[in-house]
Amino acid sequence: MGDPRIGIIEERLKGVNRIVAVSSGKGGVGKSLIASTLALTLARRGYKVGLFDLDFTSPSTHVILGVEGLQPREEKGIIPPQVYGLKYMSIVYYSGEYASPLRGVDVSNALIELLAITRWNNLDFLIVDMPPGISDATLDVIRLVKRIEFVVITTPSRLAFETVRKLIDLLSELGIPIMGVVENMKMKESRFIQQQIEGRGIKFWGDTPFDAELEEAIGDVNKLLATQFSKKLGEIEKLKA
Amino acid sequence: MHEWALAEAVISTVSQIAEKEGLKEIAEVEIKVGELQQIELDILEFALSQLKTLKFKNVKFRIKTVKAELKCRVCTHEWIFRKEKINEEVAEAIHFVPEIAHTYIKCPKCGSPDFEILKGRGIWLESVRGLK
Repeated sequence: MGDPRIGIIEERLKGVNRIVAVSSGKGGVGKSLIASTLALTLARRGYKVGLFDLDFTSPSTHVILGVEGLQPREEKGIIPPQVYGLKYMSIVYYSGEYASPLRGVDVSNALIELLAITRWNNLDFLIVDMPPGISDATLDVIRLVKRIEFVVITTPSRLAFETVRKLIDLLSELGIPIMGVVENMKMKESRFIQQQIEGRGIKFWGDTPFDAELEEAIGDVNKLLATQFSKKLGEIEKLKA
Repeated sequence: MHEWALAEAVISTVSQIAEKEGLKEIAEVEIKVGELQQIELDILEFALSQLKTLKFKNVKFRIKTVKAELKCRVCTHEWIFRKEKINEEVAEAIHFVPEIAHTYIKCPKCGSPDFEILKGRGIWLESVRGLK
């Protein structure tokens, strides 16, 4: 007859003011770094923020944040632990350091399960780090989270944008709000991406630089927030409620 | 206590179904519970009894457990999941997110983690009956 978990998802998210999927058609463009930095920046500005890593087969936000040995609390569901001022949820609490080879149907089921049992309570922002592409997780988030808004990440590369463009076109066609597009790993002056985005009537938020210091800052939140990348993201971030 | 979250999901979804179908009172709800998720039935039943609203006052919850049948996509071997064969930590991880089975369980014949959960994953609403 039906999956009872789906009926509770809206209830679980009702205390969350804005739900923001950080997404891209392409992998390796910096989604997880931008999602983590965005969440940390908003939390430091005094907002109540959650970070949900939905990249089940390749989670990485725990590495960016330097999270180890934490477990959610059980209380009529699961309560995400607080990490650097964020309520933080990731499948790594359960999969540990091991590979999780999941097919699409399994990704959907795990996603529904975590949306149905995680108690975020009151948040200004829930930042969702999406897996790359426009397959199961993206389609499920659109299907199950009615108030979802997207921030789309691309790089200056035409190769990345060729795929990102398809995500943007799909979201536009479905009437899903795109808050803005960030051009990450900018190395030289070019207005190609900005023109492409604005030509589609979508807000171009700006660019973040290719930052050679960033790798050193992975796992250290204070170092991360001190990088040029984070400073630039903080300047262009327009998520002020 | 994850059972409470699932019980809440059942009550919420059955209420939505009752609303849609114009049921004034819910008489019987049949729920299937897959063994892979290792749901504690006592806790689930208790949570359901505590969470039910007025529409559920005379409800009968019929809960059936379903064995977890797994089938390897590589060698087609089929087997039944047994909790006794895994350690407590893994059992708990699978309890919260049954798909974590793909992280820790391999096909006993060929060792592949690429298996299908044919039956008995988690909680499922089989039927809702009531009075209009």
